[in-house]
Amino acid sequence: MENKLSRRNFLKLSSAAASAGVVGFGVAVPAQAAEVGRATLPYPAKTIAKAKGLKPNVPVSFHYPDAASPCVIVKMDSPVPGGVGPDQDIVAYSVLCTHMGCQVSYEQATKNFKCPCHFSMFDAEKTGQMVTGQATENLPQIVLEYNSKDDSIKAVAVDGLIYGRQSNIL
Amino acid sequence: MSTRKDRIALPPVNAQKTNMSCHFCIVGCGYHVYKWPENEEGGRAPHQNALGLDFRKQLPPLQVVMTPAMTNIVTGKDGRRHNIMIVPDKKCVVNQGLSSTRGGQMATYMYTSTGVGQNRLKEPRIFTGDQWLDTTWDKALAIYAGVTKKILDHDGPSGIMFNCFDHGGAGGGFENTWGTGKLMFTALQTPMVRIHNRPAYNSECHATRDMGVGELNNAYEDADLADCIMGIGANQYETQTNYFLVHWLPNLQGATVDKKKKWFPGETAGAAKIIFVDPRRTPTIAVAEHAAGKENVLHLDIQPGTDIALFNGLFAYVVEQGWIDKDFIKKHTSGFDEAVKTNRTSLEECSRITGVSVDKLKQAAEWAYKPKASGHLKRTMHGYEKGIIWGNDNYLIQSALLDLVLATHSVGRRGTGAVRMGGHQEGYTRPPYPGDHKIYIDQEIIQGRGQMLTSWGCNNFQTTLNAEQYREVIHRRSNIVKEAMAKARGATTEQLVDAIYDATKKGGLYVAVIDLYPVMFMDAAHMALPAAHPGEMNLTSMNGERRLRLSERFMDPPGSAKPDCLIAADIANALKRVYEAEGNSKMAARFAGFDWKTEEDAFNDGFRRAGQPGAPPIDSQGGDTGYLATYALLRQAGTNGVQLPIKEVKNSKLIGTEMLYTDNKFSTADGKAKFLPAPWPGLPKPVQAQKDKYRFWINNGRVNEVWQTGYHNKYDAFVRDRYPMAIIEMNPDDAASLGIQSGDIVEVHNDYGATYAMAYLERDIKPNHTFMQFGWYNGIVGDVVTEWTDRNVIPYYKGTWAGIRRIGGAEDWQKTVSFKRRRYV
Repeated sequence: MENKLSRRNFLKLSSAAASAGVVGFGVAVPAQAAEVGRATLPYPAKTIAKAKGLKPNVPVSFHYPDAASPCVIVKMDSPVPGGVGPDQDIVAYSVLCTHMGCQVSYEQATKNFKCPCHFSMFDAEKTGQMVTGQATENLPQIVLEYNSKDDSIKAVAVDGLIYGRQSNIL
Repeated sequence: MSTRKDRIALPPVNAQKTNMSCHFCIVGCGYHVYKWPENEEGGRAPHQNALGLDFRKQLPPLQVVMTPAMTNIVTGKDGRRHNIMIVPDKKCVVNQGLSSTRGGQMATYMYTSTGVGQNRLKEPRIFTGDQWLDTTWDKALAIYAGVTKKILDHDGPSGIMFNCFDHGGAGGGFENTWGTGKLMFTALQTPMVRIHNRPAYNSECHATRDMGVGELNNAYEDADLADCIMGIGANQYETQTNYFLVHWLPNLQGATVDKKKKWFPGETAGAAKIIFVDPRRTPTIAVAEHAAGKENVLHLDIQPGTDIALFNGLFAYVVEQGWIDKDFIKKHTSGFDEAVKTNRTSLEECSRITGVSVDKLKQAAEWAYKPKASGHLKRTMHGYEKGIIWGNDNYLIQSALLDLVLATHSVGRRGTGAVRMGGHQEGYTRPPYPGDHKIYIDQEIIQGRGQMLTSWGCNNFQTTLNAEQYREVIHRRSNIVKEAMAKARGATTEQLVDAIYDATKKGGLYVAVIDLYPVMFMDAAHMALPAAHPGEMNLTSMNGERRLRLSERFMDPPGSAKPDCLIAADIANALKRVYEAEGNSKMAARFAGFDWKTEEDAFNDGFRRAGQPGAPPIDSQGGDTGYLATYALLRQAGTNGVQLPIKEVKNSKLIGTEMLYTDNKFSTADGKAKFLPAPWPGLPKPVQAQKDKYRFWINNGRVNEVWQTGYHNKYDAFVRDRYPMAIIEMNPDDAASLGIQSGDIVEVHNDYGATYAMAYLERDIKPNHTFMQFGWYNGIVGDVVTEWTDRNVIPYYKGTWAGIRRIGGAEDWQKTVSFKRRRYV
């Protein structure tokens, strides 16, 4: 197993790279597109919301990557690590607790996800970090892509294993 | 290769399956280890994988705990790679399929060359004056044995000191306590030994033992049956997690009422009430209130260090009310009348000292001791831990508590028990300690005594009291030896031993570390030997209800690391050889009896020989019937094992003892339990002096995710990124008055020293109180703990006062670390 890469730091780096733009790489793209394989699971890309349609601190349910996997997207109302959208404040998570799969609920007052079974709590503003509890993983975060042209938010992957699955793609 | 950790390999049906008790806390949850070739995996259909679950569709909740942290890929010495998965066992009566955030990480912490384990010690290492170099076991042992022999021959065993584990679980086990104990006490015969978490060779439970009540006297099932549970100075959700979740909560929620009716016909039965004794509103109290309803939870939030007064007040009140078992007291105890006199404390006086209202005190007494509607005595279980053990006079608090317990006959009846909750698992089997009094080893070292110190499976730089002075002296004395070694470059082993020995005669201290990792103590060391942990060796331990299990070896240790018992044997055998070489058969004989090839040999030599004809005296938690437990029978007994002491073997099954003292025969000479006087003494002087001078009480203890010194956790991003520095919970108004916000680095300072912590604002912390994470590698609370100990050299870690000042904001932590409340409300 790889040394556990901190997802937070990874995301922080990613968002830094994103804000710096991709021009920094400065390598000419070959005219002829190379055939590109896939190094990740075959996640579907799924449009789940428009950024303008999300109200601050109001969770919206959706399913991803399939109908058996409940998730929540929420606009935090201030920039957060891994946040997307015009204000870099939109995040989404699987709502199955990584410990034993009980459904976590979003608490608006604390912006935490709370599990009723063994009392784990996850911080929606800190990439799903376990605040305290009995899980061994933070809450799986749905990787989002924001398209400023049409204000759409797409789910494109899941960071972390969804409870009760051998693989996130059934 | 993606790093998203979004798929794992399933164990095929033919995967190797072995038993594992959790490495970590006292509860000892049962797990299974699956191991199978790297390039294979089981199918998703239930008949295609060893878990028997249908992964072709989403599993419903509560079916399994199976996370990426529970998997790993390990490499054997033969180069073959295997997947491993370590998952909780549903059939284990202890945890019933649950895992905690600590035990759930076991697979992650097994050795791989790229994972958390890459930081392990793999080969013996020696410090050559300015750098660490790997060396061979032969060379390391020659130096270690050489220095030891020279001190032994010229100065006697008192120059040879040890800081050594004495427990079960990882870094312990009956095999390893025996191996180290036989080396220290039978072969070297040194009394200069302290235990991993306290500065002398002593018990954490002298008083209760003197009273005839062993400290692990009930079964976890008794918590299912109690009418009332009193949790004292423990934070069960975070430190004995699955005991609390699987056995306490269901009783609080009424799920065991039918069981109680079946067990105790005719007795009033209902959901249990719970009373917490703790100056702090812990995360456990928040969980209990949420799960059981506030009306069923009583929090006696005593002033720090006033436990004795609390129990004396309750004792006097129940005696006055007649809520005691007079018949039991008369027939099976002694000293009651005397204790009534010495401990006499009115509820008003109790309230004045503890700060708890008379109404709450009466409520507690009614819940715990007022006879039931059916007329029967209440069945109340008392579970205590470090709040008492590291409290204001360990001996007196336990005396006061056990006086109350004995008066109300809250021991030896099912549904009762007066037990320590425990930290790590237990695993004690050693020859008797070769001394007649308790020696404060840390102070001996500080005062310049001792020539050689081996730190074995513990790391007192992070965990001892008065730690700043302790580290400062050891570094200074270690440097004398380091300089001598630097000048002896190129020396032969004999010359190097002479140089080291000469330096120890000039105030120097030769330091060896035997451990899994290069722990902080290695900063002062001259040698390090690599040890193994469960899974890399067969290892037996017992949990908090004396449940003995065998954790089976399923993989190789890294490099040339080996079990502690075999390291002890290597040291003994090296000394035996040098004494033989010089024809000293008398000394050689002291180092005989270590011809062990495996850890099972050590188990058979110690645990299984205690009390047997021809065996030397052995203090063993297995008692005289430990010999009945063989590795073969324990393997068969699986994760449920057997509760010590073993009664018999029936049809190849080990039959144990669920609860002690059901026959009212206590562990005293006359078989009667003994009341002890426990008058309230006030705070110890050095502690009072800090309190008079500094604003904040620096309470301290564990957080859920971190095990002991964080020897694994500090390399695990899941834990390290959560707690990059020891947290200190502070009252928000106090923090505001000092300009402190969550995520700030603060300095905690008093007359003993200063350390840093990461502020974590928490409204449940009372003004002028704090709670700092204990034992973590970054921020050491022991630096501000006084040197005071009780009559048995037990520290008062929980009792110190200090000032706090803001150092500054740690920008990264404020962005990346959650500072949401750690209370589930």
